[in-house]
Amino acid sequence: MITLESKAPAGKLQDKWTTHKFNMKLVNPANKRKYDVIVVGTGLAGASASATLAELGYNVKTFCYQDSPRRAHSIAAQGGINAAKNYQNDGDSIFRLFYDTIKGGDYRAREANVYRLAEVANNIIDQCVAQGVPFAREYGGLLDNRSFGGAQVSRTFYARGQTGQQLLLGAYSALNRQIGLGKVKMFPRREMLDLVVVDGQARGIVVRNLITGEIEKYSAHAVVLATGGYGNVYFLSTNAMNSNATAVWRAHKKGALFANPCFTQIHPTCIPVHGEYQSKLTLMSESLRNDGRVWVPKKAGDKRPANQIPEAERDYFLERKYPSFGNLVPRDVASRNAKEQCDAGKGVGDTGLAVYLDFADAIKRLGRKAIDEKYGNLFQMYQMITNEDPYEVPMRIYPAIHYTMGGLWVDYNLMSSIPGLFVLGEANFSDHGANRLGASALMQGLADGYFVIPYTLGNYLASNKFSQVSSDHAAFSDVENGIRGFVERLLSVKGNKTVDEIHRELGKVMWSHVGMARNAEGLKTAITQIGKLREEFWSNVNVTGSAGDLNQTLERAGRVADYLELGELMARDALHRNESCGGHFREEYQTEENEAKRDDENFSYVAAWEFNRVGDWTLHKENLVFENVKPSQRSYK
Amino acid sequence: MSGNLNLTLKIWRQANRTSIGKFETYKVSNISTDASFLEMLDILNEELQRKNQEPVAFDHDCREGICGACGLVINGRPHGPIKGTTTCQLHMRHFKDGDTIVIEPWRAKAFPVIKDLIVDRSAFEKIQQAGGFVSINTGGVPDANAIPISKEIANIAMDAAACIGCGACVAACKNASAMLFVSAKVSHLAHLPQGKVERFERVEAMVKVMDELGFGSCTNTYACEAECPKEISVRHIAKMNREYFAAKLKARNKD
Ligand code: FES
Repeated sequence: MITLESKAPAGKLQDKWTTHKFNMKLVNPANKRKYDVIVVGTGLAGASASATLAELGYNVKTFCYQDSPRRAHSIAAQGGINAAKNYQNDGDSIFRLFYDTIKGGDYRAREANVYRLAEVANNIIDQCVAQGVPFAREYGGLLDNRSFGGAQVSRTFYARGQTGQQLLLGAYSALNRQIGLGKVKMFPRREMLDLVVVDGQARGIVVRNLITGEIEKYSAHAVVLATGGYGNVYFLSTNAMNSNATAVWRAHKKGALFANPCFTQIHPTCIPVHGEYQSKLTLMSESLRNDGRVWVPKKAGDKRPANQIPEAERDYFLERKYPSFGNLVPRDVASRNAKEQCDAGKGVGDTGLAVYLDFADAIKRLGRKAIDEKYGNLFQMYQMITNEDPYEVPMRIYPAIHYTMGGLWVDYNLMSSIPGLFVLGEANFSDHGANRLGASALMQGLADGYFVIPYTLGNYLASNKFSQVSSDHAAFSDVENGIRGFVERLLSVKGNKTVDEIHRELGKVMWSHVGMARNAEGLKTAITQIGKLREEFWSNVNVTGSAGDLNQTLERAGRVADYLELGELMARDALHRNESCGGHFREEYQTEENEAKRDDENFSYVAAWEFNRVGDWTLHKENLVFENVKPSQRSYK
Repeated sequence: MSGNLNLTLKIWRQANRTSIGKFETYKVSNISTDASFLEMLDILNEELQRKNQEPVAFDHDCREGICGACGLVINGRPHGPIKGTTTCQLHMRHFKDGDTIVIEPWRAKAFPVIKDLIVDRSAFEKIQQAGGFVSINTGGVPDANAIPISKEIANIAMDAAACIGCGACVAACKNASAMLFVSAKVSHLAHLPQGKVERFERVEAMVKVMDELGFGSCTNTYACEAECPKEISVRHIAKMNREYFAAKLKARNKD
C-alpha cells in the first residue's frame, strides 16, 4: 500500500525551506565524487541541475535526445520569468508571488512547494545576470520588468521575446563549463526508454542511441528526470515536435505515481490552425496581452474585415467581463472566453476559430518603434507564418495546448514514489496546481535545478545505503531485453497506417473530449476511442526501417505507443474529478457566469495514479492543506 | 491567399556517415502555399512510408525558428531563399507551381553527414565547452541590479546572444569558417561586465579549439551574415578579432 507523504516540513511557511535545508544531511565534499547521478533532459531544469550538481562535485551523466543540449524546448519560451524583486516598488513581495501562483493554480498545489518557489525566484535572477544573460534594461541601466497574466504587479524579467532562449543558453553555458572540466559526461542523441530499479531504488536508465540504434545501459546512485511535459499527446501543441512523455511514462510503469494528468494548459494566444497537414502550433507570447486588445465582432457571423468593423460594433469581451484584470486574466480564463465567443458564432477568420488581438491602440499610444522594440520578433514570426502584417491588421489568435501541470508525483524533496528517482520542471506536478501563470515555468525549471535538487539529492544520498550496482547487473539486462522486445514488436506489425496518422487521430479525440471543455459523456467516449486506437496501433501501424539505424519513424512510434496509454489516463483523471478547476473545465460544474466551479469539500487533493496494467490504475490521494491562504472562488473581475 | 503547388524535389540521400550519397528525385503534389517547408517534407515522408520506403531523415524540433535544429541547403542557399528565416519558418508561398527544389545537407568538413540531411554539429559543442561561459558557480552571486548595464550595451549583447547555433554560417562560407558562430558568443560576453573578467582566456581558448576542428579561415566574404537566420552581424567578428589581438598582445607583454 502506497502512502503519499508530502514531506513538507512543519513550521511557519516562511521558515520551512530554511529549516529543511538545515535539517537535511550533507554529503562531505570529498565523498561527493563517489556518487554518480544521471540527469535526463537538458532544458532549464535539466541543464541547471546538471551544472550545479557537477559544481558540487558529483559525477553527472546527462542525456538528451537532441544533437545539442541547447535545443531543449525551454529555448522557445518567449515572454519572461517571474521573481518578487519588487524593483518596481509596486507592492510586490515573496508572499504576493506565492499568493498569485497558488490562486492562479486554483488552489490545487501544495503551499510549501509554491512558497519555496517564490522564495528562491529572486536568486534565479541574480544567478542569470551573473552568467551574462542579457535581460532587458531601462535607460538608467537597471533591469526592466513587464506585467503578465494573473498578476497586478510588474515582476516579469525578460530578454526581448526570447527569454527562454537566453535563460537556457545561460544554463547551457554553465553545463558546458562542467563538460569541459570533465565533471559532466554529456550523451546527446540518446532517448531514455526505461528506468532500472534495483532493491527498490532507481539505479539507472536504458537508452537508445538515436544514431546507431544501439541499446545502452547506464548506472548511477540516483536518477533525475527533467524531460518536460506531455502536451504532444494532442498531436498539435506548442511543444517541439520531438518533445515526448516516454521517460516519465516508462518510469510510471515502473512504479512512479502520475499526478493530476488531466491538468493541462491551453494557451490563449496561439496562431490558429490552418490545415490538415499542420505539424505544430505556434505560440504568440502572453506578454502581447499587455498591449494587445482582444475582441470579436458583436454580431455573430459578421464576416467584414477587421478594419471595416466600427468601434461600436466590437466586443472587447475580456475588458468587459473582467474590468480589473482586463486582457491580463489568467490563461485558462482567457482561453475559455475565446472558445465561448467562437462557439457563439463570433469567431473570425476563414475557420471562425479565432479572435482578434489588436495593437492599433498601442501603436497609436506608444508609437510603432516602441512596439517593435518590445515585440518585434513576435510580429515578424506572426507575419512569416500567416503572411499578414500585425502592424496593419489585428492578429488572429486561438487557444492551443501549451503546458501540462500534471506530471510524476513528487514530494517536497522532488522525489517520486520510487526512492532515488527525482523529477524536475514540467515533468513533475508540483507547483502550478490546476493552472500555471505566465512566466512561471521558467521560474520553476530553474528553481528546481539550481536551488532545490542540489540540497535534496544530497540529503537522499547521505541518508541511504547503496549496494554495488553496475550496468552489468541482471536488472539492467532484464530491462534491456524488454526494450529490445518492444522495439521488435513495433517493427513487426507492418500494417497500413503511418505513425502520424494514428497520432493525429488520437490528437483529435483528445482535443474534442479532453481539451478546453470536458463532460462525463465525452470523456467516456474518449476512453473507448483511445482503447480502439491503441488496438489499431498494435495491429495496423507501419514502422519503416530497422532497429539498428537512425530511424525517426521508430522514435515517433515508441512515443505514440506511450501517448495511447497516457491519453487514457488523462481522460480517466478528468472523468473522476467532478469539479472544474483551472485548466480542467467540466461543463457540468460551472457557476452561473460560466466560471470554473471548484468543489473543495470533495476534491481538494492531488490525484496520484498507480499503474497496474494498461487501462487499469489505482487512485491515491494526497490531501491539500491550506494554512496560509483561504481557497476562494477565483475572481479577476 | 492559399493555392496549391506541384513540385519536383531533388533530395540528397545518404545511408550513413561512410556510405556514398546521391540525389534522388521525388514528386509531391497539391502542397498548400500555407504549409511550411518541413510540413511539405512531412507530406513526402508520409507518402514514402505508405509505399514502404524509408522517409528522408532531417533534423528539426521546435519548428519556431529558435532551437537551431533544422537546417537544409535549399537551391544552394542555407535555410532557403528568404532572408532572416530558418528552414522551419520558410513557407511554401515562396515557391511556384512546377518548381524543382534541390535539398541538401550542410556541407562542411567539420560537419560530417550522419544520414540523408542530418549532419554532425558536435564541433560547435566543443568550441562552447572550451570557453563559452562565465566561470561562476551557482549561488553566492551579487544582486541582479548591483551592476548597472547601459541599455545600449545590453542590446548589443542581446543581438549577439540571439545566435541559435544552427550552423548556417559555416554552410554558407566557401571556407566553412565558424567565425560568426564563435564571435557571437565571444562578443556577447565581452560586451558585458560579467564576461569581461576572463575575456582574454575565453577568446583564446575558443579560437584554438575552432582552429583544431577543421573549420576554415575567414576571408571576409560576409556570406555568413547574409544567410544567418537571426541576422547576426559580422561586426561581432570584428569585435572578436580585436579581442583576440588584445589577448595576444597581453600574453606577449607578459613574457
Ligand atoms: S526546428 Fe527549431 S529552428 Fe527550425
